Amino acid sequence: MEKEKDLLQMVNIEKNFPGVKALKGVNLNVGYGEVHALVGENGAGKSTLMKCLIGLYPVSSGDIYFAGKKIEHYSTAQALTMGISMIHQELSPVLYRPIMENLWLGREPLNRFGLVDHQEMYNKSLRVLQEIELDEDPRTLMVNLTVAKMQMVEIAKAISYDAKLIIMDEPSSALTEHEEQQLFKIIRKLKKQGTSIIYISHRLAEIFEIADKVTVFRDGKNVGTEAIDQLTMDQIITMMIGRTMDEMYPKIPCTIGETILEVKNLSHKKYFHNISFEVRKGEIFGIAGLVGAGRTEVIETIFGMRPKISGEIWINGKLAEINSPMDGIANKMGFLTEDRRATGIFAVLGVDSNIAIPNYDQFLSKIGLVDDRAVTKGCNEFVEKIQIKTPSLKQAIQNLSGGNQQKVLMARWLMTGPDILFLDEPTRGIDVGAKAEIYKLITMLASEGKCIVMVSSELPEILGMSDRIMVMHEGKMTGLLENSSDLTQDTIMRYATGTQDDF
Amino acid sequence: MKHQNRLQEIFTKYGIVFVLIVMIIAMSMIKPSFRTLNNILNILTQCSVYGILALGMTVVIVSKGIDLSVGSILALCAVIAASLGQSSTASTKYFANMAELPIIVPILAGLLIGAICGAINGGLIAFTGIPAFIATLGMMTICRGFAYIYTSGKPVSTLIPSFEFIGQGRLLGIPMPVVIYLGMIIITKILLNNTRFGKRTFAVGGNINAAEVSGVNVKKILLWVYTYMGMCAGVAAIVSTGRMVSAQPGLASGYELTAIASTTIGGTSQSGGIGTVWGAVVGALVLSVMRNGMTILGIQSYLQQIVEGVVIIVAVILDMRKNARKA
Repeated sequence: MEKEKDLLQMVNIEKNFPGVKALKGVNLNVGYGEVHALVGENGAGKSTLMKCLIGLYPVSSGDIYFAGKKIEHYSTAQALTMGISMIHQELSPVLYRPIMENLWLGREPLNRFGLVDHQEMYNKSLRVLQEIELDEDPRTLMVNLTVAKMQMVEIAKAISYDAKLIIMDEPSSALTEHEEQQLFKIIRKLKKQGTSIIYISHRLAEIFEIADKVTVFRDGKNVGTEAIDQLTMDQIITMMIGRTMDEMYPKIPCTIGETILEVKNLSHKKYFHNISFEVRKGEIFGIAGLVGAGRTEVIETIFGMRPKISGEIWINGKLAEINSPMDGIANKMGFLTEDRRATGIFAVLGVDSNIAIPNYDQFLSKIGLVDDRAVTKGCNEFVEKIQIKTPSLKQAIQNLSGGNQQKVLMARWLMTGPDILFLDEPTRGIDVGAKAEIYKLITMLASEGKCIVMVSSELPEILGMSDRIMVMHEGKMTGLLENSSDLTQDTIMRYATGTQDDF
Repeated sequence: MKHQNRLQEIFTKYGIVFVLIVMIIAMSMIKPSFRTLNNILNILTQCSVYGILALGMTVVIVSKGIDLSVGSILALCAVIAASLGQSSTASTKYFANMAELPIIVPILAGLLIGAICGAINGGLIAFTGIPAFIATLGMMTICRGFAYIYTSGKPVSTLIPSFEFIGQGRLLGIPMPVVIYLGMIIITKILLNNTRFGKRTFAVGGNINAAEVSGVNVKKILLWVYTYMGMCAGVAAIVSTGRMVSAQPGLASGYELTAIASTTIGGTSQSGGIGTVWGAVVGALVLSVMRNGMTILGIQSYLQQIVEGVVIIVAVILDMRKNARKA
């Protein structure tokens, strides 16, 4: 049959969740030995499509052909035996068990007494690990491996299933450059053996390096599939967001006033040394650098989440003693954390509780009880002001989209009436429309005279929003730059990689 | 269609109330004696002691904790309170030469001991970081040991009449244990839903890291959560002592589990951040009605235990399905 030329064909896939059409007729073809990249904003449908493919979600309609056969109604276990394997973005190894038990979890080799055959397991593991050139004893506990090596183990596991198709969801997000190259080497090797790879990533540069073809997703549809050498990065971005980049950042120049926050020679035991900068009223101060440069740790220390070993923090010309987030808040600071799920939202609680948590002091009745009506009124003001889309204030925040969750957290901090707002990766994991709204909000806050310190890994965001930019490299500040139209991503990267250093 | 969803929603939310109502109606039809006012007050009285524990336990579980020591704390509070509330006519007096004290003394002593034990629990959990399960497991045997040492293993009996009033008297026709239970329901409800402490307890249970970043003093909250639990045990101790007009060190063994069961049947989630006071009340009532009903029906008490266990497990399965549907 003619469908045989591709390993995988997904035809007109639709997936409906209650109230949401997540996939609206998606087509995807992946050839034998092809590295096929999927790109698109979060929520565009890439992950949903992959979850349908591995049998986690049943499709609402559409057909899937794999290795020439139509496949339907299968479980994840059946997908694995057919040769479809997925390496998830968030690895979930059994940390305190050895590599080999992780590899053969759920299909442990048995001896003739029906007990686990550890020798056989060891030998088989050794073979698979050799295949991907991972030089580790199979008896090593997972917890002792680096994230990169854990990922290698996952790949080894996929290979051990004789996977014909391996899906990699953001495999490089936790890797160093060297480890990334190692990953690419394995991908090339797999490809040579005829294994197909679906490669999901936000990093366009690596897609150009490794992929043969790219499919772009937007709003639950595939908006285009092309051979990678037919496209430029700008074309892909335009396809992803449906408009050109410069409409994204609404930065307007604000009057910049007196110095509010002044950091002098701040050092942390481990993460950073001798950081000094000042931020003025109405200013957006960007902090750029690679992952692990110590950016987050700097602002966490200023806010009181981590102890400093030396240095001073001055606020409005007064020396501030800040030892806990409570102190930070008392000094009129707010902090939007990087990891929304881990340190931001109270998933099961309502939007109102999520906004009001640091703010109940404002809503006490005469006898000291919380006045719920005042809370509702206060929360509603912010819901309207920053246009949070929620069915009600009582709705559990976990049911909101990422962008709206982020807005709720913004509302939480705005309600505290801060002078200084720390934003750590404020647009991470939210879709492009919500991103633009967050940018608008940040600009508005600056124009109201707040001082904003923003850590971001997205250089266009840093360049599009900041008045001044501090660049960090391995715990040291390497540059303090005025943002102007001739400042480029390349310049920032030179500072971020330590190639250039002004201090 | 939409209408049906709404019904379903109400049912999943208030399912356990329907179960309670069905149980009451069924019992009333099978045994008319179930319906008498006396029996109803009896049911309420019987659940007052572990009902009060369940109130504190709701606060604890909302904070994503657990307290296994409440039964033992109750016993310790009870024997100390009883020893301070003995009548001068008692044949074996704990304090041989002590005059009769006003009732407020044993009451305050009971509450204070409960609060101290609870504060130790809370302090251990908040400041050493050991899991609540372990801290309170240790306190469970420690407090029980103290109760036995304090009494040399003997019951403390013949208490002053006002103690008897707390356990067996009536206020406007309502048994005093029920009056106290109602009072504690109101206090706990206000504490959990209308104070900053309550709101922050939900936050700590919902996401302890986010609470910390939001400027919540997490350690202080945990300390007070367990202190309140201890005070509830103190109150329950007073009620229990009053009902029996005596206290003995083996008292309330296993009550921590009944309290956890009541809370859980009422829909408070072990994963923290979700829970209601009325749920704990309904849960306690379900257990009480069930016990009372089975006794009236003449069901063997060993069999009753099995039924109770099944009900607890089924309630949690239903509850998890409810929460799973939301996610």
